[in-house]
Amino acid sequence: MSDLDRLDRFLRTDPRDVGCGEAMAVLHIYAELAAAGQDPAARYPGVGAHLAACGPCSENFAGLLVAVTSG
Amino acid sequence: MEHAGLADGELDAESADWLRRLSASDGAPRVEAERELYARLVRIALAEVNRRSGSTPVTGQELTDIAHQAAGDAMLAILAKLAEFRGESRFITWAYRFVILEVSSKLGRHYWRNPPVALDTGQWERLPDRLGVDPQRHAEAAGILAEVRRVVDDELTPHQRRVFVAIVVDGIPLDALAARLGLRRNAIYKVIFDARLKIRSSLVAKGYLDKPGMEQR
Repeated sequence: MSDLDRLDRFLRTDPRDVGCGEAMAVLHIYAELAAAGQDPAARYPGVGAHLAACGPCSENFAGLLVAVTSG
Repeated sequence: MEHAGLADGELDAESADWLRRLSASDGAPRVEAERELYARLVRIALAEVNRRSGSTPVTGQELTDIAHQAAGDAMLAILAKLAEFRGESRFITWAYRFVILEVSSKLGRHYWRNPPVALDTGQWERLPDRLGVDPQRHAEAAGILAEVRRVVDDELTPHQRRVFVAIVVDGIPLDALAARLGLRRNAIYKVIFDARLKIRSSLVAKGYLDKPGMEQR
């Protein structure tokens, strides 16, 4: 990926992006679907769009996924 | 694991057991369940602060303290919101969400005890790194960076500019800025979202980016 592609990716916004509040409200469902090997973004595309763009929320998702899968 | 999305009344056995024990009127079983849940929350919180230790200026005993504080606050929130659990995931996954979010929030607040960069510093010289645009490799980089700076200076409100500079230019974590400004993280995110739209629109208009972006939500 070129520098300009990376810049373009950072600047692009997804109209489905639900924002931090809505994404964190269903994070437990989203993480459990992911842990079960399903595609949570198919069920929650707005959450998937948000997690792809928001580093801090993505970090929360990663942490919860680790917690869920580690027991 | 096939729990996500269960309707009310279809709790898996483990979740039902947690709810029954934590709601018990008999003190001893409830206290035992609370002790067990708290131990799990502490374990998850410690693992989480350790996982994040490379991306926070918080270190050592302070990290351990944050983990215990997060577990304690998560425990209180879980018990207060027990009636709100709808069985859309396993109970323990729902509970772990509280502690993960508490760790994130507390790390944001503790960031300011020893911040690597102060609020409103404005390290514009680091913008090429932040945006991944290397002036050594792209003849257009100087123009792009100047246009980004112009949009930030001319088209953002003072509040939007302050947030953009803190998050994008100075690299302050979103949770830390939210804690410092007393804002919800969503409010910070929306500012950055709107700034991204404006900057991209301007770069397209100037011919630096050639494809239309997605529409505003």
